[in-house]
Amino acid sequence: MISDTELQEMYGWMVTARYYEERLQEEYLEGKQPAFDISAGPIPGELHLAAGQEAAAAGVCSHLRDADTVTAPHRPHHVAIAKGVDLKRMTAEIFGRRTGLCKGKGGHMHLFDSTVNFAGSGIIAEGCPPAVGAALAAEKRGEDNVAVAYLGEGAISQGGFLESLNLASVQNLPVLFVIEDNDWAISMPKERVTDVGNGSQRADGFDMPGKRVDYDDACAVYEAAGEAIGRARDGNGPTLLEVQVHRRMGHFMGDAEGYRPEADSERAKQRDSIERMESTLQKAGIDDDTIDDIRDRSHQRVEDAIEWAKDQPEPDPDEAYNDVFTNPPAGWTPNTKPGQTESAGGDD
Amino acid sequence: MAEADESETTGERETTMSRAMVSAIASEMRDSDDVFVMGEDVADYGGIFDSTDGLLEEFGREKIMDVPISETGFIGAAVGAAQAGMRPIAELMFADFFGVGMDQIYNQMAKNTYMSGSTVNVPMVLMTAVGGTYNDAAQHSQTLYGTFAHLPGMKVVVPSTAADAKGLMHTAIRDDDPVVYMFHKRLMGIGWMPAPDGPKTSVPEDDYTIDFGEADVKREGDDVTVVTLGLHVHRALEAADALAEEVDVEVIDLRTLVPLDTETVLESVRKTGRLVVVDEDYHSFGLSGEIVARATEGALANLSAVRRVTMPDAPIPYARPLEQEVNPGREDIIEAVQSTTE
Repeated sequence: MISDTELQEMYGWMVTARYYEERLQEEYLEGKQPAFDISAGPIPGELHLAAGQEAAAAGVCSHLRDADTVTAPHRPHHVAIAKGVDLKRMTAEIFGRRTGLCKGKGGHMHLFDSTVNFAGSGIIAEGCPPAVGAALAAEKRGEDNVAVAYLGEGAISQGGFLESLNLASVQNLPVLFVIEDNDWAISMPKERVTDVGNGSQRADGFDMPGKRVDYDDACAVYEAAGEAIGRARDGNGPTLLEVQVHRRMGHFMGDAEGYRPEADSERAKQRDSIERMESTLQKAGIDDDTIDDIRDRSHQRVEDAIEWAKDQPEPDPDEAYNDVFTNPPAGWTPNTKPGQTESAGGDD
Repeated sequence: MAEADESETTGERETTMSRAMVSAIASEMRDSDDVFVMGEDVADYGGIFDSTDGLLEEFGREKIMDVPISETGFIGAAVGAAQAGMRPIAELMFADFFGVGMDQIYNQMAKNTYMSGSTVNVPMVLMTAVGGTYNDAAQHSQTLYGTFAHLPGMKVVVPSTAADAKGLMHTAIRDDDPVVYMFHKRLMGIGWMPAPDGPKTSVPEDDYTIDFGEADVKREGDDVTVVTLGLHVHRALEAADALAEEVDVEVIDLRTLVPLDTETVLESVRKTGRLVVVDEDYHSFGLSGEIVARATEGALANLSAVRRVTMPDAPIPYARPLEQEVNPGREDIIEAVQSTTE
């Protein structure tokens, strides 16, 4: 069913994403020890790493083209990698460099790569409505592109998600909503967030197909997503897919997870989607040398991206004032300095 | 103002503000397949305040889309469609409803251009009805100019006449950035909400644009500057006429808040030395304070008196005498102007 090429590609994305998060963790903690200062070190600010969630990215994005849209939430790296976002420029963005995807203005929660139609948003579930809009645009233009909105299980009680399910359903739009269920909404376990253990049941209320993949098996995700995306491309409307994944790190770096039972963390580490994928590749007859080679090349790609990013220049401080508008009105300024109030409409 | 010279234009007729807006939308839709309208009751109803009246007939449901009562959902869908290259016009039925869709407005629509380093842009119009005077009380009467203009990344437009409404709508739809187009219900010329004299103007039938950031000096005067917008342009003009024997009042219609034509305000107050800001929005932390701040930053030495005539810092009441008390009227403006010359 899944070709060897696709299996290898998915595996490559997964090991790239896992190693990426491990390396970013190291880089992030540099300068933040012994005292943790969130604004210190080469990567400042919040950092939400997705180790343990790779299967949900690989199994879905394997079906996507550049013209398809993906919106991702605050934990976006694995999805961005599988969607084909430029890894060097994404890394430069995370390091706050001028040549980053967003010139250092977005940061890791707000990654935009228009060449592959990838957009991030750090507000829980608020990436869903724009994904519906991208699907609407495709439909209006008679194109068979689809949109995928990623969200966590902590987001499934948000209005923005539920409104998007309804709008996509009533307009019969080509959208796939992917809930990555990592069991934890920061410190809130799923059973305290919702009485519906299977998030894909939310689909029932919108007369939409819903499916849950209980194991973070990229191949099972691939099968489920393939069916949903095929349905969307054929004009048969949206689908809600939930995938059980695991949060191997804290909600954000620096989260000591004092609220999390030790056994839960251990269980997450034992259910490794990457080991599962390796055994799938072996069963498919792909030899160990090939697997090792994919892993080595993926790791090297990550090292190259980080090395390149750290070598990039920081933004000129004055660039903070650009990009408020695509088309800045004559005379308009963002009122940068005392005595420099905008003079739109005036002569000077 | 308008690029078309009214005296030379053959096709020109007097029309309401709502018809002027609709004609601009229709014309842009004829020119581009990317333009479409989405909102609550915009199709069969034609917009509760006539802002899309008659469009369904010409353009059909694919282009004039009724959507569920779901502001986060459909405003966000407009954001996504705009980022994908379409030019949606989304209607938020009342500006007061912004609370149920504000994240899409200020965290996505307004910020995605900046956060993406201009690799994404959001060419959409968020059209919304504002204003009171018809006893709709606290949740359906606000103007909230300051709320939208305060948050960076949105252009904010407030027409006060049919001619401006049309030109500003053409500019808004063609703009590559998100534009919040705030129209005052009382000015639209709706059958069930009679408009005052003033907003119904002669409007060229040809397309024309009005550049953002150009205030309109509605009435020239040497003694006192009144800066205002929306419905209160007309109230200020009435007040100026009533005062004509004693004070020579200049009335400035801001027309756009982002960008704001600071220079026209400064030129005027340098001449008159007296500033009265008339605003239907709340008093504190808002538009009137901003205008006064810019006037003092730019022309402090010229100023001898400053007054603000605004809604008070209280929710808008229902009963007729209560609402009339709080919404600035002609007499309130007259008193404020007179007090600057005492």
